[in-house]
Amino acid sequence: MIGPNASGKTTLIKTILGMVVQDSGFITFNGNNILHHWQYREQIGYMPQIGRYPDNMTIGHVLDMMKDIRGNKVTLDEDLVEAFELKTLMHKRMRTLSGGTRQKISASLAFLFSPTVLILDEPTAGLDPVASEILKEKIITEKSKGKLILVTSHILSELDDLVTQVVYMQDGQIRFHKSIEELRSDTGEEKLNKAIAQFMRKK
Amino acid sequence: MKKIIKYVMTDILRNRIVLLYTVFLFVISFSMFSLEDNTSKGLLSLLNIILIIVPLVSIIFSTIYVYNSAEFVELLVSQPLKRRTIWLSLFIGLSASLSFAFFIGAGIPVLIYQANTVGIMMITMGIFLSIIFVAIAMLTAVKMRDKAKGIGAAILLWLYFSLLFDGLVLFLLFQFADYPLEKPMIGLTAFNPVDLGRIMILLQMDVSALMGYTGAIFKDFFGTYTGVIFSFGVMCLWILIPVWLSTRKFNRKDL
Repeated sequence: MIGPNASGKTTLIKTILGMVVQDSGFITFNGNNILHHWQYREQIGYMPQIGRYPDNMTIGHVLDMMKDIRGNKVTLDEDLVEAFELKTLMHKRMRTLSGGTRQKISASLAFLFSPTVLILDEPTAGLDPVASEILKEKIITEKSKGKLILVTSHILSELDDLVTQVVYMQDGQIRFHKSIEELRSDTGEEKLNKAIAQFMRKK
Repeated sequence: MKKIIKYVMTDILRNRIVLLYTVFLFVISFSMFSLEDNTSKGLLSLLNIILIIVPLVSIIFSTIYVYNSAEFVELLVSQPLKRRTIWLSLFIGLSASLSFAFFIGAGIPVLIYQANTVGIMMITMGIFLSIIFVAIAMLTAVKMRDKAKGIGAAILLWLYFSLLFDGLVLFLLFQFADYPLEKPMIGLTAFNPVDLGRIMILLQMDVSALMGYTGAIFKDFFGTYTGVIFSFGVMCLWILIPVWLSTRKFNRKDL
């Protein structure tokens, strides 16, 4: 999912998660209206754009708490916790962490409970090249398992090998929703950023 | 729900402010009882301090705590949890820890020196007031997005319940001095839990004679079973209504 700043990407994601309540209309998840339901969130892993965590909890506390709250039924997927080497930082308090480390925790939490749907809001913003490469590999492996992954990003070159469908949003409206092959054949461009640029110029 | 209450409570009980509050109450209570040679006089002095301190600490601490746990709430809302569960856990965690702090700080000294109906009434009212002001604080915090505004409103509310309300009542009494106001006064006290608590304790103390004719009317009403049930009912409403309103508001709030 791509679109300029303030086009409503994060708001849409927050509405899907029930963090923002819509004024009109409704959202269904597996055919059920999400309003007043909450169990559906068990199947979603969410990585926020800016992860905000209680200041005086340590990384270990946060992870334990999340496991305590929702980790009783599913198998835990700790690949990212290990890949990001968070184990050595477990005793650090959240307020002392850098933005990048917070992003790593957000990513680890999103993948931790092996959800069937992953929602990643600008996942690689703030991550160093090594970490963002780890995360991209993880996204690709999860995708190959047949999971639904929703990614928003401004870095189009990164999305090339990740995405199969492109949704372009502007001013809260969906401008187009195409598969990547369709987009390539429509615009005659191989790279996503050029294709999008051409599309925007045509408008 | 239990799990979240557990996290909220461990977080609050680790907080230094709550510890200080407990120690402060403890020191005040003991010094009040040892300053006066008569323990019921000591209890009376303690009453006046408690009726000021308990609402103040409960409302300010809870308001700030709710604002500071915005991140915690945000983290939980995206998880498979009902919003109502999150909010009520926050309320139960806050009111349980503050009541606990009050019980340790003021309840134990009172039980040591005055383990009778007066003492028990005082502890009950103190716990009621702690919970009521947590409920009011949470309503303020959910209504106002801005932290500074919210804390300001909390202070104003405390000022209203502790000082301004009494001023208003006095003003009314003087304005309508020619009319018999004793009965409406009973109704009026229902609008201020602090006053209601004060009356309930004073009536147990047999100092109501000092309050003159109004005191006699109060004794006639609040001294009876119906009166006691009425005031406990009103106290419970003071908890339930703010909690209900704030939960409703929180359920529809955008985070």
